[in-house]
Amino acid sequence: MNDPTAEPALRATAIGQRFRGNRALHDCDFELPAGRIAALVGPNGAGKSTLFHLMTGLLRPTTGEMRVFGAVPGTRAARTRTAFISQDKPLYPQFTVAEMLAVGRRLSPRHWDQAKAERIVGEGGISPKTRIGTLSGGKRTRVALALALGKQADLLLLDEPLADLDPLVRHEVTGLLMAEVADRGITVVISSHVLPELENVCDHVLLLQGGRIRLAGDTQDLREAYTRLTGRADPDTPDGLPPGADRAAVVHATTTGRHLSALLRNAPGTSLPSGVDEHWITRAPSLEEILLAHLRSAPRNAAHATEAAA
Amino acid sequence: MIEFQVDRHSGVATYLQLVNQVKQALRLGVLEPGDRLPTARAVVEATAINPNTVLKAYRELEREGLVEPRPGQGTFVTRSLSRPEAAADSPLRADLVDWVTRAHAAGLGREDVLALVEAALAEAAARPRGAARPTRAGTERPSREDTT
Repeated sequence: MNDPTAEPALRATAIGQRFRGNRALHDCDFELPAGRIAALVGPNGAGKSTLFHLMTGLLRPTTGEMRVFGAVPGTRAARTRTAFISQDKPLYPQFTVAEMLAVGRRLSPRHWDQAKAERIVGEGGISPKTRIGTLSGGKRTRVALALALGKQADLLLLDEPLADLDPLVRHEVTGLLMAEVADRGITVVISSHVLPELENVCDHVLLLQGGRIRLAGDTQDLREAYTRLTGRADPDTPDGLPPGADRAAVVHATTTGRHLSALLRNAPGTSLPSGVDEHWITRAPSLEEILLAHLRSAPRNAAHATEAAA
Repeated sequence: MIEFQVDRHSGVATYLQLVNQVKQALRLGVLEPGDRLPTARAVVEATAINPNTVLKAYRELEREGLVEPRPGQGTFVTRSLSRPEAAADSPLRADLVDWVTRAHAAGLGREDVLALVEAALAEAAARPRGAARPTRAGTERPSREDTT
């Protein structure tokens, strides 16, 4: 599934995007290997949708370049391999479900899998004769997914696909996606501002904040690159951290009374931050803890704004 | 066939949850040698987790010699963990059910019972070997995940 010599599914090099002088994205560099399920996370307004529009070719970057399996987004080579579901799931409300699928077939005649598209719709209890406009949010998502998966694309880009779904439908839709990944080994980028709903799903993460990539990498590598430290704050240091701890490795630290809680980057090649000894309670952080610590550290620590996983 | 349940909030790594559920099924005789584990596709469709997590769990079970992949056919159980001493009609199990019933009657809840079992296991492990051997069912002490 992961041929290391293959082109990455996505490669962004020094991407910058301006809208009427406002910088929406800057210095974005990342690579997403094929076959990964990447969570694109970040607060609202971080630039997630802009990044999606660059991946699909709906936007051209002001500076830098984006590549989809080595091709320029929007070109024929890139378009046939990419499927995108935007936040508003654009479908024609007057069309029936069957007519909507016919549009999908006409747009990608060579690769279209009608049986699969019909199965996805049918398993959701949706009649082909129903008009799109009368469907619930969950069912509309299912139709959008049937269109995207019927296209047999290799890269699936999903902008907040789960946002307006109830927990049961969310579980169902995610299961559907994961089954497609198991079947075809496709690459998926799925955005959300709620990480926990993706924690069991993604094996790669892109954290976007204020138009910059704050973190990018394999989720397991990231978990092993940081340590969460808790314990009694050291009374002899102003920040409560152990006196020998490398302050440059601190992502975020808070003290509440005598209690210290901090996230530190591990020293290269080890599983502990430098200067932290066995007096401290240390454990591997969850992905969510790593992301939250980075988001919280944002305003002051602009110096190490971009960090790639070791 | 086994049906996996994934608890996002348990704090136990997802692949380990799958491993433990297979082991539990092997202990209880729900899964027997020759049975096929569900395909990764079927598991992820039902549980909405990353397919690699399922493959990782199956690799771990294979490493422990409990299952084997047969190319093109799936993953099959090769070894049982069930013991006659733990079967539904065994005296040891009947004793334990009696004991749990008494514990409930005495007002102990599930957590209290589990804590007591943990404590009893620790106490038995601390006893001199000779005293413990005849009553201990296995040499391997269950890990935390197995008991919670």
